[in-house]
Amino acid sequence: MSHFQNKQKSIQLKEDIIKYLLISAAGISVLTTFGILFSILFEAIDFFSLKSFTYFLTGNEWSPGTANSKFGASAIFAGTFMITFIAIAIALPIGVFSAIYMSEYASDKVRSTVKPLLEILAGIPTVVYGFFAAITVAPFIVSVCDSLGVSASYNSALAAGVVMGIMIIPVISSLSDDVISAVPDSLRKGSLALGMTQAETIKDIVLPSAMPGIISATLLGISKALGETMIVVMAAGMNANKFSINPLEDMTTVTVQIVAALTGDFEFDSPDTLSAFALGLVLFVVTLTLNIVSVMLIKKFKEKYKMSSL
Amino acid sequence: MANFTPIKKKEKNIFYDPNLSKRHAKAKIFKGIAISALIMSLLFLFIFLSDMVNKGVGAFKQTYIQVEVTYNAKTLKDTRQLIERKYRTLISRAWLRDIPRLVKENPELMNTTQVVWALADDQVDMYMKNQYYKIRPKHKATLLELIENNRVEKHFNTIFFTKGDSKIAENSGILSAMIGTILTLLVTMAVAFPIGVATAVYLEEFADPNSKLSSFIEININNLAAIPSILFGLLGLAIFINLFGMPRSSALVGGLTLALMTLPIIIVSSRAALRSVPASIRQAGYGLGLTKIQVVRDHVLPLAFPGVMTGSIIGLAQAMGETAPLIIVGMIAFIPDSPTSILDAATVMPAQIFTWAGMPEVAYIERTAAGILVLLSVLISFNAFAVYLRKKFEVKW
Repeated sequence: MSHFQNKQKSIQLKEDIIKYLLISAAGISVLTTFGILFSILFEAIDFFSLKSFTYFLTGNEWSPGTANSKFGASAIFAGTFMITFIAIAIALPIGVFSAIYMSEYASDKVRSTVKPLLEILAGIPTVVYGFFAAITVAPFIVSVCDSLGVSASYNSALAAGVVMGIMIIPVISSLSDDVISAVPDSLRKGSLALGMTQAETIKDIVLPSAMPGIISATLLGISKALGETMIVVMAAGMNANKFSINPLEDMTTVTVQIVAALTGDFEFDSPDTLSAFALGLVLFVVTLTLNIVSVMLIKKFKEKYKMSSL
Repeated sequence: MANFTPIKKKEKNIFYDPNLSKRHAKAKIFKGIAISALIMSLLFLFIFLSDMVNKGVGAFKQTYIQVEVTYNAKTLKDTRQLIERKYRTLISRAWLRDIPRLVKENPELMNTTQVVWALADDQVDMYMKNQYYKIRPKHKATLLELIENNRVEKHFNTIFFTKGDSKIAENSGILSAMIGTILTLLVTMAVAFPIGVATAVYLEEFADPNSKLSSFIEININNLAAIPSILFGLLGLAIFINLFGMPRSSALVGGLTLALMTLPIIIVSSRAALRSVPASIRQAGYGLGLTKIQVVRDHVLPLAFPGVMTGSIIGLAQAMGETAPLIIVGMIAFIPDSPTSILDAATVMPAQIFTWAGMPEVAYIERTAAGILVLLSVLISFNAFAVYLRKKFEVKW
């Protein structure tokens, strides 16, 4: 074997080693996903070996830390749903209409000034939103309701929901902006040439074409709202036994109860602590499903318009 | 649309739509709705920022009272006796508690009486800032007399930047949380940056884009980005703390947890940066006989580096604002002294904001808001720096 071949071999070996290092780095993110799944799953299985699974999903008494503790999470799910609903009711119209203005009406100059501002809104830490909800928005809602003669809680679902809605606006608007801009211009021009007004073009041509993308943005927003922790920990209620459809009353969420269970003074192996993992499992499954559906919708949209930049 | 000659007589135009003015009105309304939505989201931002500035700016000044302090063996033993009895409730307990140490460092003070500016109690501070306060009428009379004699002043609040957390509002600062944040982010970056860039290099340069393995990894990264942050906290608790036995509340555990969260951001932006390097660069390298690793290491990566840095800074900024997973791994402990290693119990700025927000004393509200202002200005300057990097090194191929 010549000297040249030897060198070639050592270079080849080095290349292979580096390649395997890179593959193992890529494996870490796979490991993380499964690490999250299994660490939650195993603890949740521990929990369900102690407490009933069906009662967890359907029961309505949540009493950790008591002698005969019960874990029925339906009131928690209802509160989570309510706060998420309020958040989306605020974020969806504002987000989508902002996106419409940005992509269809605004000049380049307006776009380039407004976009970074919306990015600031997206970059504000959630703990800051939580403080804003608890110190500014909640007392404001209480005083408005007082002057109307209605009683409102300082931990109302409305305050948490509204602020969460503000937090989600940039999520929905930036993704909607991307898909609306991606709708081919020929569609717009065709519609305008047929004598439609710009608003009619947007309503009847552009938005229906961009619909899969907008739905996907909404699903992403919902998943963000479900998993949001700090705003609800600081501004929503703790009572996991109360059913209500009045947004002015205090409600609790899955994430609040996870934090409550893990920051309490319980033994790690007690059902009181393990309940956090059961709630986490529900959260994981729901947000993952929403994300997968959202990715599929975007893929469909991309295939329809043969684009690869989204 | 602007330069057509209208047909004057509408009824002669066979294309004339009698509903036209109505449709135009509707179009105007539609545009109005769109612009008001945008204005509303900007208004939220404005209200929010001005509310924070309004609440927080007061904390950058702190009230001090001019009093006579008598240093001798007896008063140093019972620090309450350092000052005249009638001023005791107006002066901060924490300030008096620190005097013996001060005398130890400056022995020449012993057995003298000095007129100094003493840190005021938080209730006095709140009174001076027109906030809600609780001072007994007797003490308030003393305070008013002091104000009359110009012996009460507001100075720049150095304590806020030079001390750690404290249960005494006027003595609490953000320093230990800042150091905790720096330690945590060092761990985060040390882990997330190399792994993230390596993953991106593998997926862009080495992996076959149509292979099952790479699409599996890709789906995983996508899902990882969408998992709620609190679940990363559950992972940190179950794996890092319970399985590996790392110290609870430490910057190590918090940093590792945040690293896993930051990974997808770094991977996605690094891939975009690598993709923007044109194929001709690689082909030129191969043409000269370079190996794949040499091409990537010496040519592709340096060219993609500004993009990689931009993504990493944005990821870092996001990790800096994260609280929920850190609460789960115990980083909301009460930390009066700054941590010195990544194994010490530590807290981070957002977690400090969270703990202060839960304090009952009114004086903590402005400190919370001031902490928020500090955090936001760091975050915004990080993002601005990232944008600057992108603009400066942007190459149009």
